[in-house]
Amino acid sequence: MKFQKERNNKSNIEEGIVKKVLFVMALTAITSLGLIAFFIFNEGMPFMIDYGIADFIFGTEWDPSNQVYGIFPMIVGSVIATLLAILIGAPIGIAVAVYLVEIAPPKVARIIRPAITLMEGIPSVIIGLFGMVVMLDVIRRLARGPLSEYLPAGYQTGYSVLAGAIILAIMILPTIISISADSIRAVPNEYKEAALALGSSKWQTIYKVVVPAAKSGVLAAVILGVGRAIGETMAIIMVVGNTVQIPEAGWEGIFAPVRTLTGNIALEMGYAGPEHRQALFATGIILFIFIIIINSITLVLRKKED
Amino acid sequence: MKLKKVLLFLLIAGVVIGLAACGSDAEEDNTEEENTEENDASSDNAEEASNNGESGLEGTVTMAGSTSVQPLSEELAAAFMEQNPDARIEVSGGGSGAGVTAAQDNAADFGAASREIKEDETGIDEWVIAIDGIGIIVHPDNPVSDLALEDITSIFAGEITNWSEVGGDDADIVVISREDGSGTRGAFTDIVLGDAELVDSALIQNSTGAVAEGVANDPNAIGYVSVGAMDDTVKGLLVDGAEPTAESISAGDYPVSRPFNYVANEETELSEVAQAYLDFVLSDEGQQVVEDNGFISVN
Repeated sequence: MKFQKERNNKSNIEEGIVKKVLFVMALTAITSLGLIAFFIFNEGMPFMIDYGIADFIFGTEWDPSNQVYGIFPMIVGSVIATLLAILIGAPIGIAVAVYLVEIAPPKVARIIRPAITLMEGIPSVIIGLFGMVVMLDVIRRLARGPLSEYLPAGYQTGYSVLAGAIILAIMILPTIISISADSIRAVPNEYKEAALALGSSKWQTIYKVVVPAAKSGVLAAVILGVGRAIGETMAIIMVVGNTVQIPEAGWEGIFAPVRTLTGNIALEMGYAGPEHRQALFATGIILFIFIIIINSITLVLRKKED
Repeated sequence: MKLKKVLLFLLIAGVVIGLAACGSDAEEDNTEEENTEENDASSDNAEEASNNGESGLEGTVTMAGSTSVQPLSEELAAAFMEQNPDARIEVSGGGSGAGVTAAQDNAADFGAASREIKEDETGIDEWVIAIDGIGIIVHPDNPVSDLALEDITSIFAGEITNWSEVGGDDADIVVISREDGSGTRGAFTDIVLGDAELVDSALIQNSTGAVAEGVANDPNAIGYVSVGAMDDTVKGLLVDGAEPTAESISAGDYPVSRPFNYVANEETELSEVAQAYLDFVLSDEGQQVVEDNGFISVN
């Protein structure tokens, strides 16, 4: 009896300590998020207010040497690169997820699944290197060859938002595949059985029942992909040319070199003087707001799914 | 939780300040003349630190700043540490601006800057340790091999847009530049562009390697990198007839060149080992390392 009680006491104390330790760790995560947000806003906000928020966000000229800071071209660059990446990556990712869960024979799935995990682990700078050496060359040949009549000279260099979007699409594929596969897997078997029992073919079942039932999860996967794409930096810098220009409207625009918000910060932080630095922090604020919006949408969607 | 954070912060701050504030009796205004006179001794107050490999020098020198200076600093540090096995030199990058800030904030013993020190960058002592030339590079297949400085200005300002205007093929010129704030771009802007603005459509790359890679892959491209960083994958243009070589830069013929500076906080005295390192860098031996790496000696 006594022994039992001692043991209980001991494990109670242990449990208490473990709980506290874990609580402290959880707090660290939240505090660091808070600290980062505070730090970025603290450094960037005064500058943005000083310079004029509208001038900063909608200004089309970026010339730090002459104290001109307009990041609209970078916002456009980030948005186009991300949208294009989703346009390329989402259909492929969702298709792979459907194939993996519903169609692929177990043997094939056993090969594809680890390959996707591996893909997720490739450092972005490696993908960027691939893009720089291989993809830029292909796009440049295309732009200088068959498309040269249609494209302005500045759009024929290979460095383009298209190259960036393809790189991003490769990078967000694993995210989109694994999360949409999870939600497709979570569709109750009864749905499928009912559909098949009603005489639908396998394809009809997938197309009309399974994917719609997993809709919010798939959407969350795509939006998480957007979040990852908009935050990606290293690989993007290597292939988009980093020119501060708004691409022409129309299909030619995808061959235009652009600069993204992340690229702007990473490119110039190393050498920036005091005011320039604040402007880069202010760029970070805009990026931060973008990410918060995107992640909130994902949260809402995930809640809906539950 | 808070206490832990504070303790950790104090610990880090303590280490940084401790490293930076290691004061010594070293003379700050050691001139280059002194060093050339006694090229064996590393400094007045560390005379044992000569070539015999057995010196009493101990301690760490930290350095931060320009990524253009970094490779040279690493070579210099390696040579210095060979002579002084107990000394450690830690070289990190960050950029010229970061180098100056590091010196001002005492975050490093030396900051490195690959440009002239600006007038508003106060509170620091500066030493020119080498001179770097900027090579104007094109694809090896480009028939153009000699350009006037004003043509280069016009090309980078976007007034000349086709290679045929400067004696090349009929092809649009692709201008590749460095990011705003880069030491190389700053030097290039000062020397080549002057009051002209870089053309808006210029592609921007954030490292010497990326510019060289961009030029090596595109027959129509033109870019600029440190002369020390040029290799066979690209062709360095003659400017006003002068070759981008150490000889013509030190002779003053090649017009596109810039200084490499070490800077240190003027309030804080250099530590013994930092002073010894600086003396070594400015000695004939150190300047030999400078030359071996493709830069131009200041002696």
